[in-house]
Amino acid sequence: MIGTNFIYTVAGLMFAGFAWLSATDRSNTKRFGNAGFYALLAVSFVFGDRIGDIGNGVLVLGLVAIAGTGAMGRGTRGTTGAVERQAEAATRGNRLFLPAVVIPATALLGTLAFKAIPALVDPKQITLVALTCGVLLALAIGYAWFRPRAATPFAEGLRLMDGVGWAAVLPQMLASLGAVFALAGVGQVVGGIAGAAIPEGSLIGAVLVYALGMAAFTMVMGNAFAAFPVMFAAVAMPLLIGRHHGDPAVIAAIGMLAGFCGTLMTPMAANFNLVPAALLDLKDKGAVIRAQVPTALPLLAVNIALLYWLGFR
Amino acid sequence: MLVLAGIGVIVAGFLLRFNPLLVVAVSALVTGLAAGIDLLAILAAFGKAFNANRFVSAIYIVLPVIGLLERHGLQERARGVIAALRGATVGRLLIGYLVFRQITSALGLTSIAGPAQSVRPLVAPMAEAAAERQGVAPGGDAIPALAAATDNIGLFFGEDIFIAIGSILLMKGVLESYGIVIQPLHLSLWAIPTAIAALLIHGGRLWWLDRRLARGA
Repeated sequence: MIGTNFIYTVAGLMFAGFAWLSATDRSNTKRFGNAGFYALLAVSFVFGDRIGDIGNGVLVLGLVAIAGTGAMGRGTRGTTGAVERQAEAATRGNRLFLPAVVIPATALLGTLAFKAIPALVDPKQITLVALTCGVLLALAIGYAWFRPRAATPFAEGLRLMDGVGWAAVLPQMLASLGAVFALAGVGQVVGGIAGAAIPEGSLIGAVLVYALGMAAFTMVMGNAFAAFPVMFAAVAMPLLIGRHHGDPAVIAAIGMLAGFCGTLMTPMAANFNLVPAALLDLKDKGAVIRAQVPTALPLLAVNIALLYWLGFR
Repeated sequence: MLVLAGIGVIVAGFLLRFNPLLVVAVSALVTGLAAGIDLLAILAAFGKAFNANRFVSAIYIVLPVIGLLERHGLQERARGVIAALRGATVGRLLIGYLVFRQITSALGLTSIAGPAQSVRPLVAPMAEAAAERQGVAPGGDAIPALAAATDNIGLFFGEDIFIAIGSILLMKGVLESYGIVIQPLHLSLWAIPTAIAALLIHGGRLWWLDRRLARGA
């Protein structure tokens, strides 16, 4: 069955390519830092299931050692300049969008098609498998149309990857930190504090602590999924549902969305807030968060009001 | 209470601008030790979760295609399209993208767009081209950051309307552990009011940006 193995093999081969191109980039003084980092990621993708938990832990320590000592830099491989690009954009016209559109279109059609033949593709991974197929198809079109050297797409991809740098694995690292937090029982302690902060018998107090607690704990964890079970157990279940007889569906759904408002405001949600800033070459790495806060705060207030009105009709 | 020391490490580490990977690793170590877990077990737990979460980093496979297209002028073409379109403003463009992102996410199509797939190659250069025509100086962070923000907001407040998304399944599971059985559709319907509010608030900000630029110009 086609599933994560297929996706991870493609990703692993790409990172192996990045490692090779980094190692042979002679004018980059930090080339072995970059090469080592990408090589470890390639190992993680291809052999991650075979090296055991401790093996993966040691691999992470390697990534941290490379990133933490500042051993990564930007590659120096050339790309086209603004003038060349402008000229090529004019001659190639709107057909340039085609390969970029092939990726989402294949993801969409593939998702629908794979659903019809469940024996072929792991149902849990349908979208990612379809997306991977789209990427491979777009890459094939790119090779056929532009006729680049074999390594050129990887060199161009590496240029973007180097822009993201070590931040690329920060989301995965934070998810792992969440697992350690769960193991250590951080959630129960936070939930206990939140529960103790509510004035006895106050409905609006309980609603406020639940929604603000979801947002705040999400900001700490970087992920509303980690905050939800904690705040639900500490506040929603005993008070909002147990004592005040609120509608569980409303309280769960809107509580989660209050958490999403927190996701918009924290560097801990690195994949949404820091990685895009790196990908877009922004000078201020907090610029995306700054652009989101004026939407997140009023929306959090709306969620609190919705919880109060819709949850206790 | 001692296990909260790891949260302190995170906050302090980010404020003091240590390398975040290092901060995260130290936080995991401190938290684990505070909970009385031995060193090797912390390492194993962290490694296991890292391996289980590889899908988060799998999206980088789009970079070679995007990089190749950029080499041949994709971003310039995206800017050109907007420059030729009369009446295109940064606000209208991003409102359109917000609606597109919310609707496609609500249909479960969350990975057809994103920072690597659509914002960097298409939406950000288009937004910049439109904004420059409205009098915004080129090269600033504000417009591309707003494009990335719009992508996130559209995703977050669209995806929960889809019944098979991770957060809905998580809520269903948590509720069931308390003996409350709720259909996913019921949970996803209650995401709609917030989705509308997100569209009005963020769309309103974008509309306001257009007005501000029109007055300033």
